[in-house]
Amino acid sequence: MNPAALTLHAAGEKLRSRELSSQELTEAVYRRIGETGDRVQAYITLCRDAALAQAKQADDRLKRDGAAPPLLGIPIAVKDNFLTRGLGTTCASKMLGNFISPYDATAIKRLRDAGAVIIGKTNLDEFAMGSSAENSAFFPTHNPWNLERVPGGSSGGSAAAVAADQCIAALGTDTGGSIRQPAACCGVVGLKPTYGRVSRYGIIAFASSMDQVGPLTKEVRDSALLLEALAGRDPADSTSVERPVPRYSEALSGDVRGLRLGVPREYFVSGMAPAVERAVRDAIALLGKNGAAVEDISLPHTEYAVAVYYIVATAEASSNLARYDGMRYGHRAAGKDLNETYRLSREQGFGPEVKRRIMLGTYALSAGYYDAYYLKAQRVRALIKKDFDEAFQRCDAIITPTAPTTAFKIGEKMQDPLQMYLSDIYTISINLAGLPALSLPCSFDQDGMPIGMQIIGKPFDEATILRLAHAYEQATEWHKRKPNL
Amino acid sequence: MAQEKTESLKRMKYESVIGLEVHAQLLTESKIFCGCSTKFGQEPNQNTCPVCIGFPGVLPVLNRKVVEFAIRAGLATHCEIARTSILARKNYFYPDLPKGYQISQYELPICTEGYIDITVNGAAKRVRLTRIHMEEDAGKNIHDLHGDSSLVDLNRAGVPLLEIVSEPDMRNANEAGSYLRTLRAILQYLGICDGNMEEGSFRCDANVSVRPAGSAALGTKVEIKNLNSFKAVEKALAYEIERQSDALADGGTLIQETRLWDENREETRSMRSKESAHDYRYFPDPDLLPLVIDDGWIEEIRASLPELPQARKDRFISEYALPAYDAELLTGRKDIADYFESALKTYSNAKAIGNWIIGDLFRVLKERKLDEQLYIARWPARAEHIAEMVRLIDQGKISGKIAKTVFDALLDSDRPPQEIIAEKGLEQLSDAGSIEAAVEQIISAHPKQIADFRAGNEKIFGFLVGQIMKATQGKANPQKVNEVLRQKLQASG
Repeated sequence: MNPAALTLHAAGEKLRSRELSSQELTEAVYRRIGETGDRVQAYITLCRDAALAQAKQADDRLKRDGAAPPLLGIPIAVKDNFLTRGLGTTCASKMLGNFISPYDATAIKRLRDAGAVIIGKTNLDEFAMGSSAENSAFFPTHNPWNLERVPGGSSGGSAAAVAADQCIAALGTDTGGSIRQPAACCGVVGLKPTYGRVSRYGIIAFASSMDQVGPLTKEVRDSALLLEALAGRDPADSTSVERPVPRYSEALSGDVRGLRLGVPREYFVSGMAPAVERAVRDAIALLGKNGAAVEDISLPHTEYAVAVYYIVATAEASSNLARYDGMRYGHRAAGKDLNETYRLSREQGFGPEVKRRIMLGTYALSAGYYDAYYLKAQRVRALIKKDFDEAFQRCDAIITPTAPTTAFKIGEKMQDPLQMYLSDIYTISINLAGLPALSLPCSFDQDGMPIGMQIIGKPFDEATILRLAHAYEQATEWHKRKPNL
Repeated sequence: MAQEKTESLKRMKYESVIGLEVHAQLLTESKIFCGCSTKFGQEPNQNTCPVCIGFPGVLPVLNRKVVEFAIRAGLATHCEIARTSILARKNYFYPDLPKGYQISQYELPICTEGYIDITVNGAAKRVRLTRIHMEEDAGKNIHDLHGDSSLVDLNRAGVPLLEIVSEPDMRNANEAGSYLRTLRAILQYLGICDGNMEEGSFRCDANVSVRPAGSAALGTKVEIKNLNSFKAVEKALAYEIERQSDALADGGTLIQETRLWDENREETRSMRSKESAHDYRYFPDPDLLPLVIDDGWIEEIRASLPELPQARKDRFISEYALPAYDAELLTGRKDIADYFESALKTYSNAKAIGNWIIGDLFRVLKERKLDEQLYIARWPARAEHIAEMVRLIDQGKISGKIAKTVFDALLDSDRPPQEIIAEKGLEQLSDAGSIEAAVEQIISAHPKQIADFRAGNEKIFGFLVGQIMKATQGKANPQKVNEVLRQKLQASG
C-alpha cells in the first residue's frame, strides 16, 4: 500500500513502530502530489525542503521516543488562509499574492509543537468566500472523484488533497460550512468545532463571530487526534474558551446505545437531491438499529438562516477586509493620490465574490440600515440559537444532510450566487449558533459522487459527535472507498 | 462709539453653549490590544508588531490596565461604571489606521453620567459628563519628509485613549478652560495621563453653538478641531462665539460643520460640512467579548483612588488655613501640591511657604519653562531648603529682603540655607551694639536731615532707616533699627 493512502492514526502507528519513517512518508506524499497534482490542483504552495527537514527532525525524535505524540512526523496540508511563518499566505487572492507570513497561527504553532510536518498550502475560495473553490484567484481545484466537479468550498483544496491522498490530513476553516461541505463533496471527514474551541489567531478573518478552525481527515479517529492537538484556550484569542480539552480519541467507543438523535424536519425539504435524502435517512436508520433513539424535532427558524448569515457574515467581512488597502503589505496599485491608490488596489486585488460581499456588508452596517439589517439579523440569530438550545434539551446530537446535493459541475453555479449560497443551507445555522458539527461520508450517488451526513452536537460536546460518527464509520464501508485518479 | 454700542448690544442677545470632547492618552506600559511599548520618541515603527500593524489574522486582546484606568477616571468623575460594556469598530480608511477600523466604544461605553465641579472667578459650577470610553489611538502620517510621498509611523497606533465627553454645560471660554484644567488635574492626580496638550497626550475638540439668551433650544453646532493648548481652546472658542453671534445678528444662518483652528491666523476655517461627514458603520467588535466588570474590582479600585484636587484643596484650606486662592494654585498640579506638603514636614508655616512657592518658585518654573513640563522631576530648589529658609526668617535670623538673596542662592544648590547665609555673611544684625553703632554713624553723617526731622519732617525717618539698612547691606534687623533710631533721635533731642 502506498504510504500516502494511510490514515493519520495508521501512519502514526507505523511511524512509532519504525516500520516507516516520516521522511519516507513525506516523500510518498510528495510523490503522490507529483503524480496526481496537475489533475486535482489542490495546492497553491508546496514547501518540500522545509517539510523534509521537519520530517527528519521527527524521525530523530521517533528514534528516541517510542511513546511519541500522535501527530509526530505526520504530513499535513494547510488551507492557505492560515498564517505560516516564512511561507506565502495568499488566501487565494491577488491581494495577498506576494504576502509572506511573518508569524505562525496558533493552530499552526500547535501542529508544529506536536511534531506535524507541514507540506503545503491548499487552495480555497478567495478569502474563504464560496462553496466550490472556484472563487480562487489562481485556479479552480478539481474533485478527485470526478475532475469535472467542484471539490466544494471554501476548504476545497484541503478536502481534495485528503481525498486524493495528497496528504495524510488537512486543516480547514469553517465560517458557514467551509469544512463540512467540501468534506461531503470529497467523501472525507470534516469537523467544525464549537466556536471558541480552537484559537482563531492567525487565520485570515472572514466573519469573526463564526470562523472556526478544524480538521479534514480520512477517518473520524484522525479528526479526534487532530482536535486534541488544536483545541484549547489561547490568550491571543479573546473568544477562545478556557475549558479542559478531553481526550477525544478515547471517546470513540463504537457504541451509540442510549444516545438520543434529533432529526429536524426543516432540513428534509424540497431542493434536496433524492439520493442525499435516501442516504441520510438510511444512515439514521442504521444508527437507530444500533441502539440510538431517533426522534423528529423542529428547528423552526431554519428558513431565516441563509438571510441572517449573509447579513452578519458580510457585515463582519466588510470590516475585516478593510485592512487590505495597499498601504503596508499586499497588492498596491499606483494611484495618483491616496483615494485612487485605495480604489485601484482594492479593485484589482479583490475578486468579484469578495467585492459583492464587502458591498453587501457595508450596506447592512450603513446609517439608516443598521437596525433593519444587522440588528434584526442578530436578533434572529439569537432565535436560531434558541431553537438548538431547546432541541438539545431532548437530544444529544442532531443529524442532517451536510449539503442538499453532491458536488456540482465546475462553472455550473458561478453565474448564480444565490444558488451557490444555497449549497450551505444545512451548514450555516450551525455557525450562527456556534455549535460543533461534523460531516462524514454516508453513501455515493448514482454518479459515484460521495454524500455527506452532518452530525451536530451540543456546545463543546465534540466528543459525542465524534463517537457517533466513529460508530457509524465502524458499521459501514464508505470511508474505505478511494477515488480512481 | 454708537457703532460699538449696537455691536455689543447685538452680542449681548446671544449665549454660547459649549461641550468638550477630550482624548486622554493613558500612561500604560503597553498598548491597548497588544504587548508593544507605548514609549514616546522611539524610532518610527519601532513600537509595532503584527497586531498593531493590522496584519492578516491578528486579534486584539484588551489590556486590563486600560480598563482599570478607565474605571479610575469614571469613579473620580462620579460616573456610573457599566457592569457590561461593548467594544465597537469604527470603520474608515486612512493610512494611519492599520485595520481600516478603530476599536472604540459606541453603544454601552464603560462610564456614563458623571460630573466635574469647576471654579470660575470664585464661583462653583458643575459640568456634567455624558460618557467616558476606551479606544485605540491611530498612528501618524508624516508629510514633507520624503519627496511627494507621505510616510506612516505606527508607534502611536494602539496606544490607549480615554475619550471624555462633556454635556454642553459650559457657557463661555473661561468655563471651558477651567473645565479642561480641572479635568487634566484629575487625570494627573489619578496617575493615568500626563496631560500634555502640546505633545498630544491630552487633546480637545470643542463643540460650540450660540442661541438667543434665555432660549432653551440649542443652536447649530460647530465642532472645532486642532486645539493644541489651553490658550488655543480659549481663543478659538472666543473667536467662534463671536463669529457665530455676528452671523446671527446680521440675519445669517449657520451650518453644522467641522472647523479647524488656525493658530497663526487666530481664526477657524471650515474643514467639512455635516453632509460630507463619515458614516462610521459602528458595530460591536466580534473579536472582543462584551466587557463584564464585577463589583469587587470596582470597589478595589475605588479604595485605591488617591486624594483628588478638589479634596486636597479643601484640606489645604482647613488643615493649613490657606486662602482659597492659594490652595487652588498649590493643588492645581499634583507635583506642586506634593512639593508643598513635603516642605511642611520641615517647617509648618504653610502660608509663608506657600507664598514663596506661588511667588518666587513659580516665577523660576516659568522662566525655565518647567511649568510646561508635565511632571517636574528636578526642582530648582529643594522643598526642605525653602522651608528652612522660612524658619530662619521667622526666627529673625535673616530679613525677608535678604531672604530673596538666599532664595536665589538655593537654586540648583544642595547646600542648606544656613550654610549659604554663613558663607555670604547674610545673617541679620540683631545685637544691640552693632545696630547702635550703625545708627550713630548715620546720625552723625546726616546733620542736615536730622535738623529737618526735628523741625517736624517725619519723612526723614524713613530715609534714615534706608541709609542704615544700606550701610549694613540690608542685614540689620529693620525692627530693631527702627527702635534704636527712634530712641537715639529722642534722646539726643
